[in-house]
Amino acid sequence: MKTESYVFLFVGVFFGVVGVVYWLLSSEDAGSIMLLGTFLLGAVPGLYYLWWARRMPPRPADDPDATLKDGAGVVGAFPGSSIWPFVLGLGATFVGLALVFGAWTLGVGLFLVVSALVGVIYESRRGGYV
Amino acid sequence: MTLVAERPVVFDESPEPEHEQGPSGFLKWITSTDHKVIGKNYTVTALIFFLMAGSMALLIRAQLASPDSTLLSQHTYNEMFTMHGSLMIYLFVGPVSFGGLANYIVPLQIGAPDMAFPRLNALSYWLYLGGGSMMMLGFLTTGSAADFGWVAYAPLSNSINTPGAGPDLWIVALVLTGFSAIFTGVNLVSTIYYLRAPGMTMFRMPIFTWNMLVTGILILIAFPVFTSALVMLWCDRHLGAHIFEVSGGGVPVLWQDLFWFFGHPEVYILALPFFGIVTDVIAVFSRKPIFGYRGMVFATISIAALSTSVWAHHMFTTGVVLLPFFSLMSYLIAVPTGIKFFNWIGTMWRGSVKFDTPMLFAIGFLATFLIGGVSGIMLASPPIDFATHDTYFVVAHFHSVVMALVMAAFAGFFYWYPKMTGRMLREGLGKATFWLMFIGTNVTFDPQYLLGLKGMPRRIAEYAAGDGFTTLNRISSAGSVLLFFAVLIFLINTFVSWRKPIPAGDNPWDASSLEWSTTSPPPHHNFLKIPPIRSQRPVWDHNHPEHRIIEHDRPRLGALAASSGGGTVLLDDIGFDDGDPVETRDLDR
Amino acid sequence: MGDLRRFARFSLLIALALVLGGCTLPTFGAFRGATTQGQAEFKLWSWMTIAGLVVAVIVWGLILWAVVAYRRRDPDKMPRQFHSNLPVEIIYTAIPLIIIGVIFFYTVKAENKIDALVPHPAAMIRVTGFQWGWSFGYLDAQGKQIALVETAQPRPPVLAGNPVSPEYPQFVLPLGETTQIVLQSVDVVHGFYIPAFNFSRYAQPGVTNNFDFTPVHAGVFPGHCAQYCGLYHSEMLFSVRVVKPSVFETWLHSESVRYASGAVA
Repeated sequence: MKTESYVFLFVGVFFGVVGVVYWLLSSEDAGSIMLLGTFLLGAVPGLYYLWWARRMPPRPADDPDATLKDGAGVVGAFPGSSIWPFVLGLGATFVGLALVFGAWTLGVGLFLVVSALVGVIYESRRGGYV
Repeated sequence: MTLVAERPVVFDESPEPEHEQGPSGFLKWITSTDHKVIGKNYTVTALIFFLMAGSMALLIRAQLASPDSTLLSQHTYNEMFTMHGSLMIYLFVGPVSFGGLANYIVPLQIGAPDMAFPRLNALSYWLYLGGGSMMMLGFLTTGSAADFGWVAYAPLSNSINTPGAGPDLWIVALVLTGFSAIFTGVNLVSTIYYLRAPGMTMFRMPIFTWNMLVTGILILIAFPVFTSALVMLWCDRHLGAHIFEVSGGGVPVLWQDLFWFFGHPEVYILALPFFGIVTDVIAVFSRKPIFGYRGMVFATISIAALSTSVWAHHMFTTGVVLLPFFSLMSYLIAVPTGIKFFNWIGTMWRGSVKFDTPMLFAIGFLATFLIGGVSGIMLASPPIDFATHDTYFVVAHFHSVVMALVMAAFAGFFYWYPKMTGRMLREGLGKATFWLMFIGTNVTFDPQYLLGLKGMPRRIAEYAAGDGFTTLNRISSAGSVLLFFAVLIFLINTFVSWRKPIPAGDNPWDASSLEWSTTSPPPHHNFLKIPPIRSQRPVWDHNHPEHRIIEHDRPRLGALAASSGGGTVLLDDIGFDDGDPVETRDLDR
Repeated sequence: MGDLRRFARFSLLIALALVLGGCTLPTFGAFRGATTQGQAEFKLWSWMTIAGLVVAVIVWGLILWAVVAYRRRDPDKMPRQFHSNLPVEIIYTAIPLIIIGVIFFYTVKAENKIDALVPHPAAMIRVTGFQWGWSFGYLDAQGKQIALVETAQPRPPVLAGNPVSPEYPQFVLPLGETTQIVLQSVDVVHGFYIPAFNFSRYAQPGVTNNFDFTPVHAGVFPGHCAQYCGLYHSEMLFSVRVVKPSVFETWLHSESVRYASGAVA
């Protein structure tokens, strides 16, 4: 996990330096804030990964000599099929159309979005598609 | 239903493929969360947007082929270049790479059964389709589609200067596709961080996957800024805000600041995946490992970081930005890009290069991107930018770059099409596509550098006969016809390959990364067996054990000492305990 | 490495041939600059173009060499699987860094020259961009407007004509003297672009941009709007005429008389 943390930490360090340099040279607000945000986007996950890398048990993915036996077993949960992404996407599109045209699609869209959010939660809990 | 995937355990009997009681037909497609299906969805949808945007480009070139042209009205022309740029950048080049090819290939390259969040992945696609359709819906509205340029500068993009539903649809569409991209970025980083197969350490991943990791992080950095700016624009247009209006105490230039903080990383989000494709392709078709792997990784991360620090080089002529800072940062990008170029050349150097279509496109990418890169360095100089900003010099620069990316995309298509479909594209037609595209790109866009130097501004619907722009414009428009035929022949190629398939087999290119160890196309959850992963080239090591590279900090492998600088090492004992050959399983597809 | 050395010798010969051939470098259609500022830009651009072409030729040459010399002749022969060469990698990181440093130095020099403002310009013009035309207001030493040239209203003809024709506004500058431009916009962002001056700058609402022109060539030079500003962006044309200072004074005098009498063109 160390290398993974270094990727984000590089972002954090780079933008920490560039952000400070830019602020000192330009005193320009918008750019400095955006650079600050980017610094945080690198530093926070990076520090978290670094902290976690020191505590987590070694993973087969990080072991150059790992064999496939080492990785056998449950990999993760991969929902094989689900209607809810489509419903949520359709709902979001309808809400978008309503924003532009102020139309009846708002009701339909919100209904679809809420159904999808509820459906996804139940799907995860039940382990199947609703 | 929720599935628990088992890693294949090699020396037991391979598990039987699971038979699902799932949906079928159209419902199966709508509910699919399989990264391969989603990847194909993205690729096909993106190609459709490419064809639409390409048609608009042909209209633009038809209009500009003659002076005093009245082929298109000013209004229609303005819509054409706005939608051409918007479709190409927001709906084609990005989605085809991070949504299409990356979705399909990254899990395969790291030995994962799927992306980390399959439902989120599917949502990304549906938001993309919904958003893209909304944008095109603008053409059907009364005022017609958005016509303020793909950059939508304030105050031009406010409700007084550009009223109507077309621009509004454009804005909302991009909020949807923006979230689509952000979710894909999350998925990419999570998948690469958490789902790598045993032995697939970070520095054994293919460069394409590394580049997709960095692209994912860039997406997370850049897209939220754009989405926020779009929301602000919406507030100005419809909710009485004055964020970008002088009259209300706002600052119009802020739009440019926000937009380009997104806009510049965005073009590297577009580029990095294709750098990755080219790296993998060149190595395979030169029969050598990637030259300077760690340099490549470092260069990619540097390019990404620098690209987020240069945004105001698009604003040199505003008079309100810190010129030397942005100029220096922009120049610095040339250094890691140069490292990549020399590494690509180093990969070919003293190799055994075969010019199959993917390799031709990769070399075309190199030759064309170089022109774009050199002109980019010139534009990074504020004095030169004062003279060339908003002229056809800039148009030529970025088209050299994006056409190079398009060539890299075709390298990717020809390279991975066999893996995705189990059939080969025709070589002869592929070579014809390449030459038409390469020559067409240069004939269309190289004259535009000269046009910019002669003083032709960009985004003009027509020009006068006495301006001296006619001849070069005519040549440029002629080149666009070649590009049309290149794409047409490619479409014919896909059609022919579908009707009269040539079976591809698992590894038609004798390639090295993990996706080539499984069937074409891969089975459900991707792998029935995985070869042992002991280097950056697991499949190569398996097929050409006498030509493998030993990682030098690994003395436990008991290899004969390798000469410094790398070289072919002969091994007698490598200590694997699961070195069964990878079997081919024919599965119904 | 032997290949690299052979290639380097080969390219050196080509380079020598070109230089000894005594070719004058083409401008590729770029303007040499009708102002001192424009000339500074042209000089920088010329050197950057030469440097860029040299880099491009070298890299294309390397690609071409690799493609020709290393094409697969024997499908059974596997090439040596080398994958790194640290000294070479360091060299091709360091050399571009040095080149960048040099380019940056000359860029800042030229930039400071172009953006410099003289404390007492010979003339001052307030240029205002609007949808879809330009107005050029000549200011006296106190900043009061004494003459005005602007795009005729209603809008110019539908299709773009010749920028130097009388249907578009033409403002006048004194040769050899420095005029300061004060650039603004009343609506959207416009691009004040004079190709022959190798110069453009945005006219933006809420921002005033100041810059100097010091013309060194007499003549008439077209101007365009470079930043997309809406429907008739293509037709937002103008021109600038550079004349001897005595002619300029005469012109300005007659224009200010016309302006003062209330008859604005």
